[in-house]
Amino acid sequence: MTRLYKAGAFVADTWVSLDDRTTLPIDGRAIVPLARWRAELAELISAGLPIGVAVGPGEAVDPRTDNIDRLGVIAIAFAKFTDGRGYSQARMLREQAGYKGELRATGEILLDQVPLLERCGFDALAVSHAPTIAALERGHLPAIAQVYQPTGARPTAAAWLSRRSTTLVTERT
Amino acid sequence: MYRYDEFDHAFVKARVAQFSDQVARRLSGELTEDQFKPLRLQNGLYLQLHAYMLRVAIPYGVLSARQLRRLAHIARTWDRGFGHFTTRQNIQFNWTRLVDAPAILAALAEVEMHAIQTSGNCIRNVTTDPFAGVAADEIEDPRVWAEVLRQWSTIHPEFSFLPRKFKVALTGAAEDRAAILFHDIGIRLVKGRGADAGTTGFAIYVGGGQGRTPYVAQEIKAFLPKARLLSYLEAIMRVYNLHGRRDNLYKARIKILVNALGIEEFRRQVEDEWARIDAPSIDLPGAEHDRIARYFAPLPLKPRSAASTAVSARRRSDAAFDGWVRNNVTGHRVPGYAVVTISLKAPGMIPGDATDAQMDAVAGLAERYGHDEIRVTYTQNLVLANVARDDLPAVYDGLTAAGLATGNAELITDIIACPGLDYCNLANARSIPIAQDISRRFADPARAEAIGPLRLNISGCINACGHHHAGNIGILGVDKKGTEHYQITLGGSPRDDAEVGAILGPSFPAEAVADAIEKIVDVYLAARRDKTETFLAAYRRIGADPFKAALYGNDASHRRAARELAEAGA
Repeated sequence: MTRLYKAGAFVADTWVSLDDRTTLPIDGRAIVPLARWRAELAELISAGLPIGVAVGPGEAVDPRTDNIDRLGVIAIAFAKFTDGRGYSQARMLREQAGYKGELRATGEILLDQVPLLERCGFDALAVSHAPTIAALERGHLPAIAQVYQPTGARPTAAAWLSRRSTTLVTERT
Repeated sequence: MYRYDEFDHAFVKARVAQFSDQVARRLSGELTEDQFKPLRLQNGLYLQLHAYMLRVAIPYGVLSARQLRRLAHIARTWDRGFGHFTTRQNIQFNWTRLVDAPAILAALAEVEMHAIQTSGNCIRNVTTDPFAGVAADEIEDPRVWAEVLRQWSTIHPEFSFLPRKFKVALTGAAEDRAAILFHDIGIRLVKGRGADAGTTGFAIYVGGGQGRTPYVAQEIKAFLPKARLLSYLEAIMRVYNLHGRRDNLYKARIKILVNALGIEEFRRQVEDEWARIDAPSIDLPGAEHDRIARYFAPLPLKPRSAASTAVSARRRSDAAFDGWVRNNVTGHRVPGYAVVTISLKAPGMIPGDATDAQMDAVAGLAERYGHDEIRVTYTQNLVLANVARDDLPAVYDGLTAAGLATGNAELITDIIACPGLDYCNLANARSIPIAQDISRRFADPARAEAIGPLRLNISGCINACGHHHAGNIGILGVDKKGTEHYQITLGGSPRDDAEVGAILGPSFPAEAVADAIEKIVDVYLAARRDKTETFLAAYRRIGADPFKAALYGNDASHRRAARELAEAGA
């Protein structure tokens, strides 16, 4: 089964994923397909409920037209772990569009990609792969503390300069 | 050369530990082969026909003597006593075992080396001019920026799962010795004009490559201020990562995207992305540039007399030494010094291969006469970049003892060849025996020198690891109804006049290739205006038809073409 990994631990997922038609729960907290968000935008916004979108493989949120400041979750799907498009989408949302809500990676999420996903700005991972869940549960994360580039999760130009001080570049605390 | 600080050391150690853990998880079955494959590839481990091949990164081709000795040690301890230098200035060991990989990587880490990103769909080892920092025609030393790019591209979290592999080369010299126009991104240090006069920057080329769809890279940016390099490259990489094709392995390289969109539209998308990027957070801070640049400060070489009596005397008495000096010794920007190319192309040997003893011998010569530095060239040779001219006889004698004194740099026997079907599971045909045949055929140094500069490149399949498209003469192994055949192309060039060679005609069986090459050379020798007209220049002047006539003379259409050419000339 799929479990949600956030900030170093598995947590209950308080959001439900809906298809194109199912009515929203009374308190919202639903993740709808991007196409539905676009099609029912006025309606969904006027309901004033917390809402998220699911971005399928090959789709992309457009920060200029997709009202991302109204979104509580953007869930980007990795159809295969070798399809790296989601990494670029995450950095663009975090670094260029200033998106502050939850950025969730879904699909084929495997242990060895977790550090890369987090460095690009993902802060929630929907994990189905049993060995990955088991490894993360026992705190086994194959991350390298030393990083050469400033990216998503890091708001400043720290990386190039902080390589002088290894204490600043620890990925997770 | 660049030296690791505590940060780099800690990084490489952590990477070895990470990969050891990945190997353990693979062996325990926690990772499937499909899940493990991209991880081992990004650590340089290929599964080949007979064994695992480990490809070790030699960043921009620069090695210390200690590092080269360590490579010799690895060849002795974990391989069969030799290594193969590659066209990406790397070295690969063809007979390693998966269980030994962590130990080999740990041995490399001790001497500031690794195998990171020598394979996989990521940014590969950045290559540059093997004469960087010493060439007389250099605008600026490209190694500083090669090291910057090494660091920037190392485990870049956004670009670790690109549509396909990605190769970057840069040069700082007037003459391109790094084949930058055949790379996904080619970078050239240039002097600014107009408003940029007095500064240096980068000209950026994109979309070059070989493989089954060869393209020469196109200029995307005529002048990029140096400080803006990383943000601009991130913009290119991001457009490619988002829009490069992922549905077809053979159409996934950036060259396909650039040519599908057209360079104008591709440039527009890159510029748009560049404008959105928070460049100050990505571009290299000046202080960090200066820190790296200090490692590449010119050696404090005391100018010496440009003429060496020891060299002149030996040249008069020793024809082989004289030929070696003519072909393998290049001018250094400091008077009295020379750049020495060590040919790994002795007649009948495997291009790019060196034994453990040969590597140790070169390391010893580098320590004694070469300021402790060795370069690897993309043409699969080695270079001692800083040798006093007076020491040339001693270096030559040392190389002779090691079987490395062949004076054939850039001649017909200085062949680039991929490992081919002897090792590679992608290959259609063997490359090595063809290279051996040709190098034996032209083994007479006087004959090779009389033919003059001629780049001959051999690939065992259309993936073109042996750069056959860029060879003045290119040889491509193909599978013709289950037998190994070889297609010949003419007119390719890896230099500033970069061009993809044109296929001459039907392919030849292995035993006929050396004869065909000999006929091609004979046509050239008969047709050239004088000794200064190179093979490539003559080919461009007379075209393919005389060569076709010589090779396929009994075919009526070729005879007609040859006759028409002769009449046109008369």
